[in-house]
Amino acid sequence: MTQSNSGPAKPGPSLWARAQSSAIEQLHIRLESLIVLLVLGAIMSVLSPYFLSVSNFMNIFLATATIGVLAIAATFILGSGGLDLSLGSVMGFAGVVGAWVAVTAGLPTGIAVIATIGAGALAGFVNGIIITRAFVPAFIVTLGMLGIARGLALVINNGAAIYGLPPAMVYLGQGRPMGIPMPVIIFIGTAIVMHILLAYTRYGRHTLAIGDSENAARTAGINVSRLRLSLYTLSGALAGLAGLIFATRVNAGDPTAGLTYELTAITAAIIGGTNLFGGRASILGTMIGALIMGVLQNGLNLLAVQSYYQQMAIGAVLILAVFIDQWQVRKESRV
Amino acid sequence: MTLLNITKVSKAFGPVSVLHGVDMSVDRGEVVGLVGDNGAGKSTLMKIVTGMYTADAGEITLDGQDILGNTPGERRRMGIEMIYQDLALARQQDVSANIFLGREPEKKVLGMNFVDKATMRREAQAMIDRLGARLPAINRPVGSFSGGQQQSVAIARALTFDPKLVIMDEPTAALAVREVQGVLDLIRQLKSEGIGVILISHRLNDVLSVTDRIVVLNHGRAAANLTTAETNMTEVVSAIVGSAEMDHAAAHEARG
Repeated sequence: MTQSNSGPAKPGPSLWARAQSSAIEQLHIRLESLIVLLVLGAIMSVLSPYFLSVSNFMNIFLATATIGVLAIAATFILGSGGLDLSLGSVMGFAGVVGAWVAVTAGLPTGIAVIATIGAGALAGFVNGIIITRAFVPAFIVTLGMLGIARGLALVINNGAAIYGLPPAMVYLGQGRPMGIPMPVIIFIGTAIVMHILLAYTRYGRHTLAIGDSENAARTAGINVSRLRLSLYTLSGALAGLAGLIFATRVNAGDPTAGLTYELTAITAAIIGGTNLFGGRASILGTMIGALIMGVLQNGLNLLAVQSYYQQMAIGAVLILAVFIDQWQVRKESRV
Repeated sequence: MTLLNITKVSKAFGPVSVLHGVDMSVDRGEVVGLVGDNGAGKSTLMKIVTGMYTADAGEITLDGQDILGNTPGERRRMGIEMIYQDLALARQQDVSANIFLGREPEKKVLGMNFVDKATMRREAQAMIDRLGARLPAINRPVGSFSGGQQQSVAIARALTFDPKLVIMDEPTAALAVREVQGVLDLIRQLKSEGIGVILISHRLNDVLSVTDRIVVLNHGRAAANLTTAETNMTEVVSAIVGSAEMDHAAAHEARG
């Protein structure tokens, strides 16, 4: 810490405020979200004897992998002041494309993997082109893409899932090198790369800058529309990666995969401290947010709560998280 | 020696013609005031110089080199900096992020480029100290600072990369009296370092006290090009409003 005001008479900021600011600076996270995660874990372990076990933790991570990758995409997009509602649909579309390429077309796994991620990236690129060149608001474009990508996923195989992926592809979803599920490895690896990209490169700094003030970024010479286009393409590619994880885990290209996942992904990002209106975002925070959603769902499963109620819980958490964020922003601006 | 040369620049937004062949020049180490009524075209002209707008016709050179084909980012690298009236800061980012926005220093790790945050913080602190600005902390979001402190950050950003020309759009409009003197002293210091300055301001007393020359825009034309030492408030005001309403306006300005 390089605190320059060292006057002993001056009352310093509170211990909490200092811990908070150094956590935000050093780790790029909000402490509250970490505490919520720990408290939630503690409650679950009291309520269910099965919660505190290595295999259950693996389950949580495994279940979080898909949502987590989508949440990373949401973190970049929200951080840039944008919005991508098409994440879940693009994920489903990409999974079906991958299964079609591998099974129906019978092409090698490598090509199927590239096609899956590429299909997602293409959908994201289309989003980005319409948003940056035709000036249609991101809310509308990605809402439209939510419908289009879902429709395409259903059209490809007349609404039926495509089963029977080749073993090499299934390994990506079900393999366990050193006992760790492949989706967890892919998720953690993606998170590390994207954390470095966001926090330590010009690309990441400029992403937050355009979310903070597009005007400031433009006057600084940043090509805002090119950056936005690349961000939506990146978001689509990550949705494609999530589609790959999901399809290979369940061994099928399911056109209904990822339904309403954008809700959970955006919630995870916001719980992790990403500003809904851009300018502030952290991948580590989003990881914690995604784990909170994972623990919540896992705990509700262990407690045998009907899945209908889980959907309600996620929606309520989203509203609560944004409320707390806005409440803090107002509190800070009043000081 | 001529630093910036603007020749017959015209600009229209759709049917609305804003600039009609404006000429203007700035020498090294010269402070030029750019004044005119609201809507006279001052900001539009300056945004054409920085590259935020494109010119419909005309020519702009920096050190004799045509710059109209360059992007805003390239023109910054060539040495043209502008301090905007709204400051154009990213309020949730800290001081060093704002100063280095778009020009972050990088270091290579394993063949990849990463932003060098340590260098950014060190050089940002050095620039803030050089300006004599007092900020709560270099690693705080600038949105939490006062207006004067934010102004300091915007100025620091303009001066960190050895500019040749600094354009200031109403730098004193939102400042307290004591802070205004600080900005005027800074302009004199820039002049002594051989930097060209364009000052857009409605405070004609400030303009008369700090500039070498005053260019008056009136309805998109350069209505006057006055040497500050040989002019006075009345002459400037008459050029701004046009001669008809001059007496009334000059009387008002003298009062205020």
